[in-house]
Amino acid sequence: MRKFTAAFVRLPEEESVRARVFVMPKKEVLDPQGKAVARSLHALGFTEVGEVRVGKLIELELRASDRHQAAERTEAMCRKLLANGVIEDFSFEIEE
Amino acid sequence: MRWGVVVFPGSNDDQDTLWAIEQVLCEPAVRLWHKDTDLQGVDVVVLPGGFSYGDYLRCGAMARFSPIMEKVIEFANRGGLVWGICNGFQVLCEAGLLPGALVRNRDRRFVCAMSYVRVEETDTPFTHLCRRGEVLRIPIKHGEGCYVADAATLERLERNRQVLLRYVDSNGRATREANPNGSLGNIAGVVNEGRNVFGLMPHPEHAVEKWMGSDDGLKLFQSVIAAQRGAGAADLTAVAPGH
Repeated sequence: MRKFTAAFVRLPEEESVRARVFVMPKKEVLDPQGKAVARSLHALGFTEVGEVRVGKLIELELRASDRHQAAERTEAMCRKLLANGVIEDFSFEIEE
Repeated sequence: MRWGVVVFPGSNDDQDTLWAIEQVLCEPAVRLWHKDTDLQGVDVVVLPGGFSYGDYLRCGAMARFSPIMEKVIEFANRGGLVWGICNGFQVLCEAGLLPGALVRNRDRRFVCAMSYVRVEETDTPFTHLCRRGEVLRIPIKHGEGCYVADAATLERLERNRQVLLRYVDSNGRATREANPNGSLGNIAGVVNEGRNVFGLMPHPEHAVEKWMGSDDGLKLFQSVIAAQRGAGAADLTAVAPGH
């Protein structure tokens, strides 16, 4: 009979999930970075460009029992640390 | 009275703040490491300028969750005096002890210059040795000092007279040109509703000796000292720097 040590036993109920969190400056907050990028694009001849806004993409891996739990935890992380609700909005996607 | 200056990894004005308190004002001060969980019985906590945690994610976002901040928040909620300078102001906003937030300067440039700020309110422990409308010369040095808040918050700040300092020109006028970073309402410093938590972008610790180009910052430090000693502001104006 083969014996397995604890290290070999995978937790069947938890899997690794990847979350992509998008953090954007709120519409009403001035985004000088976005303005500068828009100006540069215009200068390069991309005159079709209108408003540009620059935000952040945060990718993270987390263990979760299912996608629903992963989404719940990711949202909590956004509210607590990843985004500042005074100046930023967030959204996220959960991938397998 | 005892001052406590918090040191986060990346703080860089902690030494200058301690120097101002200990060498210029001759008051006792202790350093509070970000991992400490004891405020060592200090009477006022200063969150200094710098780039705590490398300004990663957002200025002040990480520092706000360091162990010492839990104690600082408790202390502030009990009415203790908490003073955030520059990065310290950003930390206080992130911690929710002050309303609003500080974002990238309007012109996207780091500004390092002498600024003129007008004292708007004097009924606080931080400004009571100043005159209402007095213009102080205090340097600024920041890349993210543009104060923003939603309309309702701004309206509340004005109604409760929580704006303590505004960027002005040398004549005391709050013009667009005098605004170095695009802060709404030319706001340079705000106090909380309890008037015991104060944040400002200018650096009073860099204006405490004539050779620094200005010693106007002393008035803010001396206000705190006088307030802590419980003496009336009127009796103490005599020891304020002669301006």
